[in-house]
Amino acid sequence: MSRTPSTRQQERIAYRRGRAVRSVLLAAASTAVVGTVLTVGITGAPGWERVKESFFDPETAVEYLPEILQGLWLNVKLLVICATLAMVLGLLIAVLRTLRGPVFFPVRAMATTYTYSLRGLPLIIVIYLFAFGIPGLRLQGTPDVLWLGAAAITVTYGAYLAEVFRAGIESVHPSQIAAARSLGLSYRQAMRHVVLPQAVRRVAPPLLNDTVALQKDVGLISLAGPVDAIRAAQIGVAQSADFTPYVVAGVLFVLLALPLIAVTDWVTLRAARRQNAGS
Amino acid sequence: MLLAIDKVRKVFGDHVILDDLSLDVAEHEVVALIGASGSGKSTLLRCVNLLTEVDDGTIHLDGEEITDPRADPDLVRRRIGLVFQSYNLFPHMTVLENIMLAPVRVHRRSSDQARAQAMQWLDRVGLAEKAGAYPDRLSGGQQQRAAIVRALVNSPRLLLLDEVTSALDPELVGEVLTMIRELKSDGMTMVLATHEMGFAKQVADRVAFLDGGRVLEQGPPEQVLGDPVEPRTRQFLARIIEAGRL
Ligand SMILES: Nc1ncnc2c1ncn2[C@@H]1O[C@H](COP(=O)(O)OP(=O)(O)OP(=O)(O)O)[C@@H](O)[C@H]1O
Ligand SMILES: [Mg+2]
Repeated sequence: MSRTPSTRQQERIAYRRGRAVRSVLLAAASTAVVGTVLTVGITGAPGWERVKESFFDPETAVEYLPEILQGLWLNVKLLVICATLAMVLGLLIAVLRTLRGPVFFPVRAMATTYTYSLRGLPLIIVIYLFAFGIPGLRLQGTPDVLWLGAAAITVTYGAYLAEVFRAGIESVHPSQIAAARSLGLSYRQAMRHVVLPQAVRRVAPPLLNDTVALQKDVGLISLAGPVDAIRAAQIGVAQSADFTPYVVAGVLFVLLALPLIAVTDWVTLRAARRQNAGS
Repeated sequence: MLLAIDKVRKVFGDHVILDDLSLDVAEHEVVALIGASGSGKSTLLRCVNLLTEVDDGTIHLDGEEITDPRADPDLVRRRIGLVFQSYNLFPHMTVLENIMLAPVRVHRRSSDQARAQAMQWLDRVGLAEKAGAYPDRLSGGQQQRAAIVRALVNSPRLLLLDEVTSALDPELVGEVLTMIRELKSDGMTMVLATHEMGFAKQVADRVAFLDGGRVLEQGPPEQVLGDPVEPRTRQFLARIIEAGRL
């Protein structure tokens, strides 16, 4: 049996409940006001009729939806492949940068140069260089433009993720490595079983954030030619002389990103909570 | 001699921490290192465990020189257990996983075998029901006992303990001391750095006072702690008594 709270506590509970009801009512009222103002403002604008026709035309939307969806499937596949490879590449580069000793100097220098230059280089330029530069060499067995574009995205994001992983590795206190080594674990074993698991856990939120950014940026592959959602929309726009296909593609990208963003938020919240719990 | 430290020197910058320090430890012997903060106790233990490289001198373990640059440090460390003041358990592993890590990864035992051995130890030190818990759910004393077990499952020839009680509340110190006393009666060879003179008196066969980078005075606890020869030792002990730690 739960005991009856004191009158003071009952007062407190009643007061808090009153405040909560008030907050909900206030939020509802202000949302209604803002919504009305926006609707009236936009639909009342002099150019609204034209904009509605050329950006939000339902017929055009329905007509090009199948092609755009088909293109989006390519974006999804690219996202999965590029995200996986970029994580592996980033982790590898981050680990290479931690190696000490003169033997590893060239490896370290190369890894550092890579992260510095690729983070500064706009992704569009990397895609152009890969997709149009490499075939220009006329080498035997040059892969398809699609794969070259994917490679461009992977190496660019690999550089970002390498920095994220490195921050994670450096955040693990040296005493953890000392403890692992004192048990007889080799440097590699200490990295693999003690440092990296802790590092990856700590940087999970920024890692997922970069994946959300990556999921948008895979659309840039359309610049190299492959028909993804954006390219399909572009074709639709050219054919129908109407911008609606872009809006359709945009909405689809947002829908695609929502689950990933939700997961990111959840992981970030959980990490913050754990930090506050002091572990 | 199980451990022979001979004229070991360690310099950080232009700070001489260990200055031709020599110390021998016989099998089954327990030696307590005492000395002011910064006198080099931790540094000496880290040198023995090869976590820090000596700048001169030699260290022999079972007659084999471990400071030889050709010796494999990983192999040496398997024979020496080291427990830190701050436990340093791995926070992403349960207590059991912490303890099983080295037996499985380093000694290549089967995980069934490693688990059985780990549980036997945990049982013995009263931590069996904490096997599946993560370190942050344990009290300081429980964490420290788990850390000692983690070093013990490697069956080390020598156990190094660096101020294993100084991060603990006084009520928790007792359970760790009991465990160390039991290890002593098992015949474990130990070198322990400590600020607790009472602890040194109870478990050590010999107390070594570090000062100016050397072992200034050593002998049975009653003599070194009760009737020291060197004026520096007297001064140190006087300060400790003032601080109420004897
Ligand atoms: N990696 C390092 N680099 C530079 N100086 C160091 C390093 N490690 C230790 N020192 C210095 O060496 C000296 C001895 O340190 P050490 O930790 O061995 O002392 P200690 O006797 O264990 O002290 P305490 O009782 O406070 O634990 C200190 O002055 C410390 O600042
Ligand atoms: Mg110390």
